[in-house]
Amino acid sequence: MFAYLVRRLFLMLVTLFGISVVIFFLLRIVPGNIVDILFAAAGYVDPADKANLEKELGIDQPLIVQYWHWIIGFLRGDFGYSYVSEKPALQEILPRIPITARLAGLALLFSASIGIPLGVISAVKQGTKLDYTLRVISLSGLSLPSFWLGLLILTASVAMFGQMPIFNPNPKTWLEAFATYAVPAAAVGFRSAALTMRITRSSMLEVLRQDYIRTARAKGASDAAVNYHHALKNAILPVITVIGIEAAFLIGGLIVTETVFNIPGVARFLVEAIRWRDYPIVQNLVMFIAVVVVFANFTVDMLYAVFDPRIRYTD
Amino acid sequence: MRSVRALAATAVLSLLAFSTIAFAGAPKQGGILRMYHRDSPGNASIHEGATYSLNVPFMPVFNNLVIYKQDEAQNRMDNIIPELAESWAWVNDNKTLTFKLRQGVKWHDGKPFTSADVKCTFDMLMGKSQQKFRQNPRKTWYEQVNDISTNGDFEVSFNLKRPQPSLLALLASGYTPVYPCHVSPGDMRTHPIGTGPFKFVEFKANESIKLTRNTDYWREGRPYLDGIEFTIIPNRSTAILAFVAGKFDMTFPTEVSIPLLKDVKSQAPNAVCVVEPNNVATNIIVNSSAPPFDNIDIRRAMALALDRKAFISIMFEGQGDVGGTMLPPPNGLWGMPKEMLETIPGYGPDVNANREEAKKLMQKAGYGPDKHLAVKVSTRNIPVYRDPAVILIDQLKSIYIDGELDVVETANWFSKIARKDYMLGLNLTGNAVDDPDQSFYENYSCGSERNYTNYCNKEIEKLFDVQSQETDIAKRKKLVWDIDKKLQEDVARPIIFHARTGSCWQPYVKGVTIMSNSSYNGYRYEDVWMDK
Repeated sequence: MFAYLVRRLFLMLVTLFGISVVIFFLLRIVPGNIVDILFAAAGYVDPADKANLEKELGIDQPLIVQYWHWIIGFLRGDFGYSYVSEKPALQEILPRIPITARLAGLALLFSASIGIPLGVISAVKQGTKLDYTLRVISLSGLSLPSFWLGLLILTASVAMFGQMPIFNPNPKTWLEAFATYAVPAAAVGFRSAALTMRITRSSMLEVLRQDYIRTARAKGASDAAVNYHHALKNAILPVITVIGIEAAFLIGGLIVTETVFNIPGVARFLVEAIRWRDYPIVQNLVMFIAVVVVFANFTVDMLYAVFDPRIRYTD
Repeated sequence: MRSVRALAATAVLSLLAFSTIAFAGAPKQGGILRMYHRDSPGNASIHEGATYSLNVPFMPVFNNLVIYKQDEAQNRMDNIIPELAESWAWVNDNKTLTFKLRQGVKWHDGKPFTSADVKCTFDMLMGKSQQKFRQNPRKTWYEQVNDISTNGDFEVSFNLKRPQPSLLALLASGYTPVYPCHVSPGDMRTHPIGTGPFKFVEFKANESIKLTRNTDYWREGRPYLDGIEFTIIPNRSTAILAFVAGKFDMTFPTEVSIPLLKDVKSQAPNAVCVVEPNNVATNIIVNSSAPPFDNIDIRRAMALALDRKAFISIMFEGQGDVGGTMLPPPNGLWGMPKEMLETIPGYGPDVNANREEAKKLMQKAGYGPDKHLAVKVSTRNIPVYRDPAVILIDQLKSIYIDGELDVVETANWFSKIARKDYMLGLNLTGNAVDDPDQSFYENYSCGSERNYTNYCNKEIEKLFDVQSQETDIAKRKKLVWDIDKKLQEDVARPIIFHARTGSCWQPYVKGVTIMSNSSYNGYRYEDVWMDK
């Protein structure tokens, strides 16, 4: 077990090192840097001012030196300063993480709580009007871009209620806070819910044809018991896998949703930071996400090894 | 007796009625003005920026020596009023501009304002001080200033190399606040300290900017508002919807396009909206140092092919202005009169005739129906740049020029232009001050960093100096018209149109004035109040 843990730990460190190299050099391959952008915005360039600014920000140094400074700082917990706001990078990143985490969590919850039951209903009522209606809804969910859906929701809210579910940074009640996140979460989670529904439906249809389902019915089990206790329990595994994959894809949807609903989360912030070539923000933020994902995988691997001894011997 | 009582009652009623009217119109104290902001400015230092995204939220933090009257739409020399200065005088054959300064003014951190602060600010702008701005985009404004001298704590003089009456206009711009000596340029980027009607509270990048009332403001009874809050909403649809839903008291100034304005008026019929020119000219930059545009015939043909009214009709539903470099009248002070404008090739009303002439020039240069000229039209990847570039490509087709759109990200735009890696470019040029000195020297003088096309005509440059020193407005205007005409005839940087844009606010917001010949100077907000 110890050898397995050391091997996994080593692999994790190698992965993180690889990610750090890729992030760092990919950012530098993109044409233009913060100094170019600042001078482009000012519509002029003074070579001396430009050189001074590059020196001040340390981007005049060889890439390898810049990488070394960043990675040593990262390991020491010194994340540097945002080139744009000139505030500590951590101070800029940390307050935005909970906002996006709440939004993503709620979107996933929406996806599962809507997608799974509707998928089961669609499978059980296969070939009925209800099934067709649900399939059309799921298809539209997959086809509607989330930015368009978001704008549609905003326009409809203003036209119908004269109100707008735009982000409220200081909600006074729990309900207000929930409302702040619920609408954008629904907008971004609608696509995931549609996908979850389709996967649940097809997985359920496969399971419902199995012999043990017929046996359960023959034994006189109720429809609810058969569908939810016997069938769904066995059909849920591919659904969970898809929800897991969707969680990773969600970040893409969140960028658009955070923009449309003006939510100051980490996804929109990341895009803005890339636009400004704000290296300290982008590098540290992506690295932070990478560390979380790699650690989560590492923990899961360890748990597998704990529960299934074959893994630690064979891997 | 009865008649006396009746008369008294009438008098009392009249008094009541008048006082009610008077009170209804009198400004009220209090309230937070909520406005959305179109994007997140890079920092909070006006002197280091070149976008009005900075002026709008941060101009209320500062004062200038002098300023354009904030309740008049047109910026003119005769509506410049003292601010941190109490008075000014031109002396020494108009080569010295002396200001008497206001006493008892305090910076927001409590320190006293003196002439040393003025000297510090302008020494930094001229690049003469130890402390330096990271960027100094308006250094060229002060090229005629030799030095700044002080006489005690409350008198300061600008000593010029030669007379330059327009210096006062430059000093009245929103781009010319006085900075405190005791705060470093770095701190001014993150936490600006001013003497203005509002104090800086916080700036959260991509989120919000908050200002609060300066209770120690030197102007008695101002500002009326308790504060101003800007929510940064880059998505224009979201921002407009939020305004319609009443989440904001005001749109970002001059940011409502003409088609969107119709939406706002239909969904919020009570909103007050105005449309004004913003003194931003959409123009073509031509790389005349390389083929094919080193050929003056091809440049002239291109200028002749432009149907400026079509641009305005497509993009602004007819609400735009055709002009030369200077903003056309009546809003612009220095633009050529219509009759003069129409004598310039390409400005005549008969577009077909112009294009026939253009075709002849193209044929002379070796192009025709069987041999088209292929060019790339480069522009920034922003709708206000991209949309006219597409129309331009369409119009150039009529004279055997096949344009291909080359969309460039902002980060790479300026470096591309600077290294002359373009054939044609679609560009926008904003003028902070409606004055020829700012426009001519910045955009057309030999060696200017903003002279993207490297147009250089020493004869014209001499005329720039002549008009700059002319104190007689009528004479100066005539000189400016001649220069502008020559610039257009030389196809130095053909101007396509001058845009107009809208601004809206809720009916209870009072005291807002949108400037009609600059979008950089009208955001002090000390006269704005809310009737609710």
